[in-house]
Amino acid sequence: MPLTLTLTPNFSEPGKRYFRAFSPGDDFYEMLIEAHRDLSDEQSAMLNAKLILLLANHIGDLSVLREALGHARDGV
Amino acid sequence: MLKTYTYPKYEYQQPQEQKERSAARYPVVIVGAGPVGMAAAIDCRLQGIPVVLLDEDDTVSIGSRGVCYAKRALEILDRLGVGDRVVEKGVSWNVGRTFFREEEVFNFNLLPEPDHKRPGMINLQQYYLEQYLVERCVELGVDMRWKNRVVSVQRMSDGVRLTIETPDGTYGIEADWLIAADGARSPIRKQMNLEVDGKVFMDRFLIADVVMKADFPAERWFWFDPPFHPNQSVLLHRQADSVWRIDFQLGWDADPEEEKKPANVIPRIKAMLGDEREFELEWVSVYTFQCRRMQEFRHGRVLFVGDAAHQVSPFGARGANSGIQDTDNLVWKLKLVLDGKAPERLLDTYSTERVAAADENLMNSTRSTDFITPKSNTSRMFRNAVLTLAEHHSFARALVNSGRLSVPAFLADSTLNTADADEFSGAMVPGAPMDDAPVGVDGKKAWLLDQTGNRFQLLYFTDVAERLGGKLDELRGLSMDPVPVEPVIVSEKAGAAAGVRVLHDLQHLVARRYDAREGSVYLLRPDQHVVARWRKFDAHKIRAAVARATCN
Ligand SMILES: Cc1cc2nc3c(=O)[nH]c(=O)nc-3n(C[C@H](O)[C@H](O)[C@H](O)COP(=O)(O)OP(=O)(O)OC[C@H]3O[C@@H](n4cnc5c(N)ncnc54)[C@H](O)[C@@H]3O)c2cc1C
Repeated sequence: MPLTLTLTPNFSEPGKRYFRAFSPGDDFYEMLIEAHRDLSDEQSAMLNAKLILLLANHIGDLSVLREALGHARDGV
Repeated sequence: MLKTYTYPKYEYQQPQEQKERSAARYPVVIVGAGPVGMAAAIDCRLQGIPVVLLDEDDTVSIGSRGVCYAKRALEILDRLGVGDRVVEKGVSWNVGRTFFREEEVFNFNLLPEPDHKRPGMINLQQYYLEQYLVERCVELGVDMRWKNRVVSVQRMSDGVRLTIETPDGTYGIEADWLIAADGARSPIRKQMNLEVDGKVFMDRFLIADVVMKADFPAERWFWFDPPFHPNQSVLLHRQADSVWRIDFQLGWDADPEEEKKPANVIPRIKAMLGDEREFELEWVSVYTFQCRRMQEFRHGRVLFVGDAAHQVSPFGARGANSGIQDTDNLVWKLKLVLDGKAPERLLDTYSTERVAAADENLMNSTRSTDFITPKSNTSRMFRNAVLTLAEHHSFARALVNSGRLSVPAFLADSTLNTADADEFSGAMVPGAPMDDAPVGVDGKKAWLLDQTGNRFQLLYFTDVAERLGGKLDELRGLSMDPVPVEPVIVSEKAGAAAGVRVLHDLQHLVARRYDAREGSVYLLRPDQHVVARWRKFDAHKIRAAVARATCN
């Protein structure tokens, strides 16, 4: 895990070759929106909360998470 | 009638067969003189195939349709001989800017790398493109038949029989092969009871062409949720003749008839311009968009191309652009089959390769449409979060999707390719559409792509063109094969080789873009795609790769 938060494009799938720079990010975004399909707003909020907890645990490094929380809070 | 353009009227003449009540059979008949049918007709003529082109109308595309023609389509139009006219009349651009509310959040450059002949995109009203294509068809002797409407198609084992209606009544002709380029509503597809599957987007767009004097730069501007059109998106493009294309997203509930009225359109445009500048409406329509395709593009002797085969929403300009690429893929294969040099199976690969490309186009334009028109509160929330983060963070800028503009598909999974056995880096894998680069030809500056196409070719990279000895005979031997391969030497030094063309790699960019070294060879398809490559010349391997690329 990096010691600071990655803010440059970072999506990829091991073993997959991309010919266009926008493809891996678009793949992720579609997965994300697809995961919410047919959910009510409340169900979606629950999905998001669980997703954040899962990813936060995966990242683990609290200094990285602190930085991400700061950026997320910014301007809200 | 438009203020800046007069629609040409092409003359109807009673067809010979109808006058004489005679039967006629042609190797290729094309239905539909849109951009795609005409590209197919021109390509057939360049391959020496006689061709009849039928259209129910007698003019070019009416109103506001295609605007943006992408680099790859321009390269194909170069091969067809209309590239210069299209580019000279069109507005070239590479930069797109995206705004969220009041701020610019993102911009892109379609051509970050110099030294390509064609720009990322040009903007040109579809009727100009079609007019130039008509003129080129006439020049090449395409048998163009205006006011000829196909009313029925009868399939036979070795061809099709068409019934055609003209102002003088009906008549029939037969064709060995039929190219159906009859557009999104394809009457031929319907007649043959073939399905086209996909989805309609529940949104409406007001598309206005406006004549005005404005000094905005030649860039694509896209707004999410701008103050002058809250909660919706707006797109601005400059076209030829001081005509500007403006797309306003309206939402599903908008009433198309009401929205089209000048009294409703003019205030929207005034709000957008934000000043009292004068403008005139050229054309206004309201569209809904669909993303869909046929299961297969080949049905026996009938080959579907362009909108008849697949339809996309215009975010990404993948409609005419991809249709022109269909014909690029199809016609050389058809020629080999007509000449008995390849089995009919080769035409199945037209379908598989272009279905894969259509899926890529459908996926990208669906994703863009979903980003622009979020379907749920959550989806809108994520969209706005991306746009907010984009102002500060490059990862979010990469996620902003206001249209992924038309780029050619890499046919990397095609069965026609010969897989790499040697190591190469870079993007020019088997199946890749060729990268352009400057070259010298007989001391003059030229472009690699203008030196390729229409036939199989072998690029042989060497700096010792004069000392190839026996290899030169082997190279020249390839051009005597049943499916000839033209050898072309690419050399970093100006040089000559008896009976073989030499391209001077002036800036070493060909070698760099193709990761080539002394002795590397690239086998190219007639549609300017890489199909195999090696580090060393081996005539046996090359012949095997040609056989594979032609289903022989
Ligand atoms: C608002 C809008 C914006 C667009 N922007 C872009 C863009 O920026 N870039 C881009 O690449 N594409 C764009 N497109 C898509 C583009 O216009 C189409 O993809 C393109 O016209 C398809 O060409 P085609 O030759 O397949 O079909 P068409 O252009 O539809 O041509 C079909 C032809 O078949 C003829 N025909 C139909 N039935 C018969 C019959 N029974 N007998 C004889 N003739 C018949 C018709 O008269 C017509 O001439 C846009 C479309 C719209 C609506």
